[in-house]
Amino acid sequence: MKSLQELAAIRDRMKQTVNTREAAHDTTRVVVGMATCGIAAGARPVLNAFTEEIARRELSGVLVTQTGCIGLCQYEPIVEVTTPGQEKVTYVKMTPDKVARVVSEHIIGGKPVAEYTIGAR
Amino acid sequence: MNVLDVAQNSVAAGATLIFITLEANEETGLLTLTIADNGKGMTAETVAHVTDPFYTTRKTRKVGLGLPFLKMSAEMTGGTLGIESEVGKGTTVTASFGLHHIDRAPLGDVASTVGGLIQCSPDIDFVFTVRAGGEEFCADTRELRAVLDGVSFAEPAVAQWVREFIEENTQPILQRSNII
Repeated sequence: MKSLQELAAIRDRMKQTVNTREAAHDTTRVVVGMATCGIAAGARPVLNAFTEEIARRELSGVLVTQTGCIGLCQYEPIVEVTTPGQEKVTYVKMTPDKVARVVSEHIIGGKPVAEYTIGAR
Repeated sequence: MNVLDVAQNSVAAGATLIFITLEANEETGLLTLTIADNGKGMTAETVAHVTDPFYTTRKTRKVGLGLPFLKMSAEMTGGTLGIESEVGKGTTVTASFGLHHIDRAPLGDVASTVGGLIQCSPDIDFVFTVRAGGEEFCADTRELRAVLDGVSFAEPAVAQWVREFIEENTQPILQRSNII
């Protein structure tokens, strides 16, 4: 069972990393399209997978958040990744098993996974 | 369930506290979902329009389907949708569903829905309550926030804990009552 002690431990770990983190403009954002079209296409497992992978790797300065309909419903689930100093990258037709590569190669490695992006379609 | 769409209305209304309650009552045969916020509220005229799919306050497009969908999915199970609102005080949306009606939409992944709301609106407080078969579980972000002491609900590690916390506590209650 999840306990509040566990939450407190997460807090303590986060506080340590937050202190070493630089300003807010250094935050990487993972934005998942979570309108009806996105959810129907399976966006929620994708959002959960990003959250889990980022938590598992104990990355700091990475936020997972949601947005409404991006307007390309046929390409859902769509995930936009914005890293500081780089242009926004739009991943389309995402699945939970594609998430690990995006996290390791793009968010950590700084090199977008070209074959998953909208440009590859 | 399109709770997300509807709860998003509360977020947009500037609410700071949102109560989401899911209650199964075998005696009345109803599953009731209540979303109550302390946002800016609506005038009686607006309330009269919100279940019209061609009414929306947003400017990006001309349809708004959150509440119309909820109304339809409630009514097709013999339930109802009620909206109470007062300008400056907040809005309460209550949807009731026939608990065992064959057309009742499955509840879906409740923990992800509510967990996602908390993760994506980290500055708003949510009180999520599940009541069924004489059991009750309540997750109150005000209590969790006190533990977090400044660490955001948007932190992935925190968000994951919240989702699992809700899942572990609500799944057994819902399962024992044969709701999922």
